[in-house]
Amino acid sequence: MSVEPPVAAAPPPTSGEPGRWSRYTAGALFLAPAFFLLFVWIIYPAVYTIIRSFFGQQGYIGTWVGIDNYKRLFTTSTLTTAIKNNVIWVLVVPLSVTAFGLVFAMLTERIRWSIAFKTVIFLPMAISAFATGVTWRIMYQQDPNVGAVNALGKAIKGVITPPGVLSSAAPSTASVVQSGGGLVLKTPLHPGGVALLGLTAIPPDQVPSGAKQAATPPQKSDQIVGTVWRDFKPGGGVPGKVEQGELGLPGVTVELKENGKSVQSARSAADGSFAFSGVKAGTYNAAVGASTFAKPWGGFAWLGPSLITPSLLISYIWIWAGFAMVVIAAGLSAMPRDVLEAARTDGASEWQVFRRVTVPLLWPVLTVVLVTMVINVLKVFDIVLSLAPESVQSNANVIALAMWRTSFGGVNDFGTGSAIAVFLFILVVPVIALNIRRFKREAEQ
Amino acid sequence: MTATAAPVDTAVVVVPKPHDSLAARILRWVAKAPVHIVLFVLGALWLVPTLGLFITSLLPASTAASTGWWKVFGHPSELTWSNYNALFHNQGMINALKTTAYIAVGNTVIVIIVGSLAGYALAWLEFPGRDWILVGIIALLVVPLQMALIPMFKLYDTFGLFDTVLGIILFHAAFGLPFAIFLLRNFFAGLPKDILESARIDGASEIRIFLRLILPLGLPAIASLGIFQFLWTWNDLIVALTFGQNTQPITVWIFGQLREFGTSIDVIAPASFISLVVPLIVFFAFQRYFVQGLLAGSVK
Repeated sequence: MSVEPPVAAAPPPTSGEPGRWSRYTAGALFLAPAFFLLFVWIIYPAVYTIIRSFFGQQGYIGTWVGIDNYKRLFTTSTLTTAIKNNVIWVLVVPLSVTAFGLVFAMLTERIRWSIAFKTVIFLPMAISAFATGVTWRIMYQQDPNVGAVNALGKAIKGVITPPGVLSSAAPSTASVVQSGGGLVLKTPLHPGGVALLGLTAIPPDQVPSGAKQAATPPQKSDQIVGTVWRDFKPGGGVPGKVEQGELGLPGVTVELKENGKSVQSARSAADGSFAFSGVKAGTYNAAVGASTFAKPWGGFAWLGPSLITPSLLISYIWIWAGFAMVVIAAGLSAMPRDVLEAARTDGASEWQVFRRVTVPLLWPVLTVVLVTMVINVLKVFDIVLSLAPESVQSNANVIALAMWRTSFGGVNDFGTGSAIAVFLFILVVPVIALNIRRFKREAEQ
Repeated sequence: MTATAAPVDTAVVVVPKPHDSLAARILRWVAKAPVHIVLFVLGALWLVPTLGLFITSLLPASTAASTGWWKVFGHPSELTWSNYNALFHNQGMINALKTTAYIAVGNTVIVIIVGSLAGYALAWLEFPGRDWILVGIIALLVVPLQMALIPMFKLYDTFGLFDTVLGIILFHAAFGLPFAIFLLRNFFAGLPKDILESARIDGASEIRIFLRLILPLGLPAIASLGIFQFLWTWNDLIVALTFGQNTQPITVWIFGQLREFGTSIDVIAPASFISLVVPLIVFFAFQRYFVQGLLAGSVK
């Protein structure tokens, strides 16, 4: 330091200073490899793509077509679908990811095992979007016996509206008729009577577990008794008759109806028998309600054409929530504690502290997360290819995928492909401007 | 003197009662219990998909297609390593794994070398237009690589780089550079000025300063960058899919099997799991650098 004249820090090289040229040369040499790569692989191709987007579809150059390729962007249905889907992505993902990240970061702030939790949430960031697609495709299988998401849905739905004991069955004799999803025994019943509800067309694996040999309970004068059973045995049997080798159907809810109004209900026992006691004189019908035959829930078609984009969004949020959490947690830890404490001492509620102090102080960090996510979402590609089955990829299309499909998916329409790429580029230009402005502001400080 | 509190909590000076009664501690724990439960459930939810992939990868295709993977807990005898065994005898998969490693390591090395050279120049060498170059690099940060696919496809065709590992490596290297230069330049610029100045006064050449001072001091940033670049290219699909045909990294190889998702699940699931084991190891081994790189890239 003592040799240098006492100018302010970082003196600019004065012209004529010895070694200036050698320093310039050093700078040029240090930068040369980077320049070569950046120029050949990014700058030259970007300029080429912009020019190429005004030329015809085929070959490397084609003929001048003006803005036809750009018009196609907004008139071809596959491309408009891609743009619409990407709009949904931009509207949903950045906000959701930031919200998840904020909640996770706040919740873990005072938790002792926060490192373990953060690691688990952050884990998907290391996995490729492609492998994530495969992973979630297994989760999203429609059959609730195979796909975990629908299995969870089925478990929840099973609590609210349990599936019926029998999902498929048909009357075995003409005296039992179908009515409103359930079954009714037409034969009128009186106290002391017997109701025989024979059912067939029940596959063996759908016979309720615990079923025993069917039996008819003894008749009593003030009761109506009966049996609901699988009126079928190997070799046939006589329809309408409870025979040896035929199974009772337990757990079926049988209703006793008077003039179409339910007056009593009973559940069948293991041998299929049921009884209504204390029945007054009159004419009744026995019926099995529709709920007994309610089919088990088949699951949502997460990988079907209408749900594929929501499915993709969920998986993508699963990947990136960890990113938001880590960035926001870093922002939180850098926050001046005394400001928060001061607000609390002044009697602000936790919600007020969050709304009026935490969020405003975190705002720069939240913006960074939001902007990063907008860029990521505009470029989303791999996960669509691996999660969406081929049959619904046109429904799941996004801009980056449309660009690739148009250019390399067999059609090799380089004109339209270039136009899509330029469109994508135009969408990120505001972010470029934002980044440069932020850099300049920081440099001035 | 607040030996009882965790070091993180010491910043908030709530004078601790001399003897925290057991009841008070239990009460505090109960008050926090909902948060613990919510976090535990969320953590479990977040783990389920990866766990599902792993268990599915251990099931025969017929079982995986007809039964949910979680039911295997009822009959664990179904689990088998045979899918992995078959995969490690599958030459296509082995080659894909090797190709992935070449691409990821190769381009990471290039990005580190080229990026740190440029980062040093932009941080510590004075020359006209330096700030403009930096602005240009920041502008390149978010250029979508789709802008380069078509022209490079043509160029690679002409120069014989199509379907080569080198072609894929160089493409990744170029698109990794803006971030690399930005990250390293910022880190290098924060290094103590006096050390560099005195080295220059001692007559050390720039290349010597770079090798002996900048690289060792910049190691944390270089490590962050290396991990990022490695993971980014290990996980890539689009570049290899465009510029490779027989040169297939693991993602592209699995992509080729996806058409028969149901029947090939005994190949797809274990191969996907293998493809994410390496990133997971890297992530766990260098988690700190990974997070630092993330923060440097986004917050600064």
